[in-house]
Amino acid sequence: MSENSATLRGWLKAEVTTSSRHAALQRFYFGWLRLKGNPLALFGLAVLLFLVVVAILAPVIAPAGYNDQSLTRRLLPPSAEHWFGTDELGRDVFSRIVWGSRITLYISCLVAIIAAPVGLAVGTTAGYFGGWTDTVLMRVNDIFLSFPGLILALAFVAALGPGIENAVIAIALTAWPPIARLARAETLTVRSSDYIAAVRIQGASPARIILKHIVPMCIPSVVVRITLNMAGIILTAAGLGFLGLGAQPPLPEWGAMLSTGRQSMLQAWWLAAIPGLAILTTSLAFNLFGDGLRDVLDPRSE
Amino acid sequence: MSEAPQLVVEDLHVRFRTPQRMVHAVRGVSFSVGREKVGIVGESGSGKSQTGRAILKLTPPNGTVSARRLQFQELDIAGASEREMLKVRGSRISMIMQDPKYALDPVMRVGAQIAEAIPETPRLSTAEKRDRVMAMLEAVHIRNPARVHDLYPHEVSGGMGQRIMIAMMLMAEPDLLIADEPTSALDVTVRMQVLAILDDLVTRRGLGLIFISHDLNLVATFCDRVLIMYAGRIVEECAAADLQNAKHPYTRGLLASLPRIGSRHQKLAVLNRDPAWLND
Amino acid sequence: MTDSTNPNAMISVRDLRVTFGTGAAQVHAVDGVSFAVKPGETYGLVGESGCGKSTILRALCGLNPNWSGDVTIGGEAMTPVRTRSFYRRVQMVFQDPYGSLHPRHTVNTTLAEPLKIHGIGEADERISRVLVQVGLGPAFRYRYPHQLSGGQRQRLAIARALILEPQVLLLDEPTSALDVSVQAEILNLLVDLRDRLGLTCILVSHDLAVVAHMCDRLGVMNAGKMLEELPVSALEDDSPTHPYTRQLLAASLGYDRRLASGAVEDIEG
Repeated sequence: MSENSATLRGWLKAEVTTSSRHAALQRFYFGWLRLKGNPLALFGLAVLLFLVVVAILAPVIAPAGYNDQSLTRRLLPPSAEHWFGTDELGRDVFSRIVWGSRITLYISCLVAIIAAPVGLAVGTTAGYFGGWTDTVLMRVNDIFLSFPGLILALAFVAALGPGIENAVIAIALTAWPPIARLARAETLTVRSSDYIAAVRIQGASPARIILKHIVPMCIPSVVVRITLNMAGIILTAAGLGFLGLGAQPPLPEWGAMLSTGRQSMLQAWWLAAIPGLAILTTSLAFNLFGDGLRDVLDPRSE
Repeated sequence: MSEAPQLVVEDLHVRFRTPQRMVHAVRGVSFSVGREKVGIVGESGSGKSQTGRAILKLTPPNGTVSARRLQFQELDIAGASEREMLKVRGSRISMIMQDPKYALDPVMRVGAQIAEAIPETPRLSTAEKRDRVMAMLEAVHIRNPARVHDLYPHEVSGGMGQRIMIAMMLMAEPDLLIADEPTSALDVTVRMQVLAILDDLVTRRGLGLIFISHDLNLVATFCDRVLIMYAGRIVEECAAADLQNAKHPYTRGLLASLPRIGSRHQKLAVLNRDPAWLND
Repeated sequence: MTDSTNPNAMISVRDLRVTFGTGAAQVHAVDGVSFAVKPGETYGLVGESGCGKSTILRALCGLNPNWSGDVTIGGEAMTPVRTRSFYRRVQMVFQDPYGSLHPRHTVNTTLAEPLKIHGIGEADERISRVLVQVGLGPAFRYRYPHQLSGGQRQRLAIARALILEPQVLLLDEPTSALDVSVQAEILNLLVDLRDRLGLTCILVSHDLAVVAHMCDRLGVMNAGKMLEELPVSALEDDSPTHPYTRQLLAASLGYDRRLASGAVEDIEG
């Protein structure tokens, strides 16, 4: 594109769109304009982007490795040298928080990548076909839903053994059922619409109808739901870490840090407070962003 | 009309602020309504519904209303507070909406909903209220009021629901009734019944009626006077009986574009919108 | 109705029945309806909401497989489940242009979809051609439905039905959601396309004037039954026999207090 930024904006706002890509970009641009009007969502997005940058640049930002011990400098309070103090093994807490952002993002993204497609597939299939398919899929779903998430994750981790990968699998197992419910509800309203009837009388197969016509209608609410659930996913991951079933020492997972910090909380408040704050900020950012995303992606808002 | 009009509207404007631009939905509308049936006709987006809403100050929050004069009997609506409007709405001016499904409370029996509209004073006993509700249900030609009284809204048909709405709106004995497409959701034969009920009530109780509709035929045959709206303005005002002889090209265009029994093998006239209509 | 056995008919329906629900809640939405439509003819189905006229269309086009009776289209007996080639011959335009277009598909995507389903090439030319046919210029090609007016949407819906070059076009209240001036444009377009492409049409409507404008013959329905079949000329001569048809005819001319007085007394309660 040879246009400068002023005419790029003109191109994005053009009355007449000249290609599918142009139309899609324009749609994206108008969504962005709406999001820009929501300062809280923008704040959430900024925090998340910041987190991504921190995770990518961890080796540059962190003054030390996450496991660089220095037993002579144990439990030092926050200072100019150690912004967030040091822990019981003399490790720099700031560095550990920075490295830990990688683990947090890794877990939450992986869970989203597993849970969203599974939930979408189950929910839309159940909703579109109805009848027996619906009954069977939704009862399985109910079984997963009837356990508290953390308990179910605990059971799976106990069976699979502790570790980040197993924690991801366990959390994903608890994260897909609400998404499937949501996708099913969305499918039920879309299924009876005239535009689905229209594509049916064009002779489209059920697979095509679900993939190309129903799923795009479910994706916005699923994305919003996943974003809002991110907070829960991070907390579950932290909970598993806290219970010693998630990331294993010396990995700087925030929940695990909070757990070990708890033992010396009275002498060294920063050991529990800093990872706690990190978890709080990240989940809050996901929630705010998810709320804003809901306004932008809601098809009724167009 | 010999007596003073019930409602006088002069230079009414309704503007909406949307994220993209300012929409001027009603642009300087003036009319008056006495004890008669006045029809407002126009296509979607002509501002006819917003005119009706502005009279009751029911304009959505992103809209602003201004008028040189907005007078209902002795009350200056333009300057009235929300509290004063609460006393007017539903008791002195009532509004009938297009679809009774959305206007009736789904978890409340029909009789109880109508009874809620009975004025606070004078205080009536439960039995007296029930009698008044029954009488009103009979007045809108519901044959078995005792049965309908105890039904829930989802258990009644569309035509019946619209009659219940009318009963509810008339309970408070208003002086002015604003009906926004009251029969569009109804079948043609049911529509006739509902219109006949409205017609009789206007004649018998001496109400003023503002009948908002997109249906030219209906307005021409039902109302006394017709206002034709286009793009937020009244482009023409005439007696309903004279609508066929309308002068404004927009009105004539609309009339010509209607398919008729006998118009087979002819092309329907297509309305060519003249930008000058926006300004005259 | 001897017409319904006519072997030359494009669409022939005999004793069509559609029921919803079971047991006490069973509703006979369509109760033994028969009619036939000749090739190139436009047949109107008139009646009030719930009379079963739209249900007939949904059974004919294969959206509702739960029907019984004999239906032949183009000489071929219909079964509840249709083959893919059936949909190339029979297409439908829906009532509400706001609900019948996928909100996240552009005009181009909407029109390309039927071509992809049937493996038809030359998508680009076909889409341009059909857009011109329905009076939408190339400027509309990459717009989303929410950027179109009601009339433009209905034109797109007609284009989508025509892009497969069907022989039969089913029209379910195609103009009742539109303003009268737009209705005139769409009716003109439909008449024009029908004559140019030699389409056989069934038009379902509650509006006698619309049916009288477009159709050659019509059937009047009430409560799932066909009350009478008559040529449109009978409406023009004001000579329908059935009292219900006369009532519809009177109502279509507007409000009449004298006629309504009979109706007011006749109220369900």
